[in-house]
Amino acid sequence: MRWFWIDKFEQFEPGKRAVAVKCVSLAEEHLHDHFPLYPVMPNALILEGMAQTGGILVGQMRNFEEKVVLAKVTKAVFHRHIRPGDRIRHEAVIENISEAGAAIAGTVTCDGEKVAEIALMFSHVDQNMAGMEFPEENFVFHEGFRLLLDSLKVSG
Amino acid sequence: MAMTRDEIFAKVQEGLADALGKDPEEITPEATLMGDLGAESIDFLDIQFRLEKAFSIKIPRGEMVVDPSTLSNPDFVKEGKVTPAGLAELKAKMPHCDLTEFEKNPDVNKILDLFTVQTLVNYIVGKVN
Repeated sequence: MRWFWIDKFEQFEPGKRAVAVKCVSLAEEHLHDHFPLYPVMPNALILEGMAQTGGILVGQMRNFEEKVVLAKVTKAVFHRHIRPGDRIRHEAVIENISEAGAAIAGTVTCDGEKVAEIALMFSHVDQNMAGMEFPEENFVFHEGFRLLLDSLKVSG
Repeated sequence: MAMTRDEIFAKVQEGLADALGKDPEEITPEATLMGDLGAESIDFLDIQFRLEKAFSIKIPRGEMVVDPSTLSNPDFVKEGKVTPAGLAELKAKMPHCDLTEFEKNPDVNKILDLFTVQTLVNYIVGKVN
């Protein structure tokens, strides 16, 4: 299994907002353990989908040169379960961005119903770790994530 | 119209309570952000964003709280202590901080204890009025 919790971007307004979707399938192995006879997408993975949507939105603003990592879950409120066959929609809106990091506000919906409200903060790690060094290669935005953006012709 | 110190405190209190998941009454003027309120490094950016929004201001990096690059400068920190040059730099860049106690034992690990709720209020008072 690869660590992608969004399948594609449907909308991408650089520097402002992005909408990504994820189709949940019973072929995903973890659903058979969470829970046996009652498969539900774990909320932590819904949150990860929002982190990927928002993180790519933030990363694109600086041409994927910063290493953008999830640093804080400011808010995570879940309203309903997500089950196999559901198609969930992650909408991330940039609230603020600075040299050090960014904040996004996110809404997750399914069939027009609110699934979750998620607010996240991202750190530009190279800007925040005085004295600590990370690999030069950008380990956050590998080729796989950039492919997600290709269909939308967003540069990166 | 200039804001009163109490009005500023109330907004800072609200911003800190939201950023740190605390009850507003825990946000007392003398509470230290890290020691008493449990703020971690990313929380400082969250607080900065909230204060910028609440007061319609822009807070440049290193103005409200110490910039990490200051602490990695060997002229300013030697053997775990902030040097006289480092203290002068802090005083110049952060007049809203009271360094009187810190100067007696300028242990770099204690530097973030300088930042209390009162410090932030002082900073905002200087910024908006």
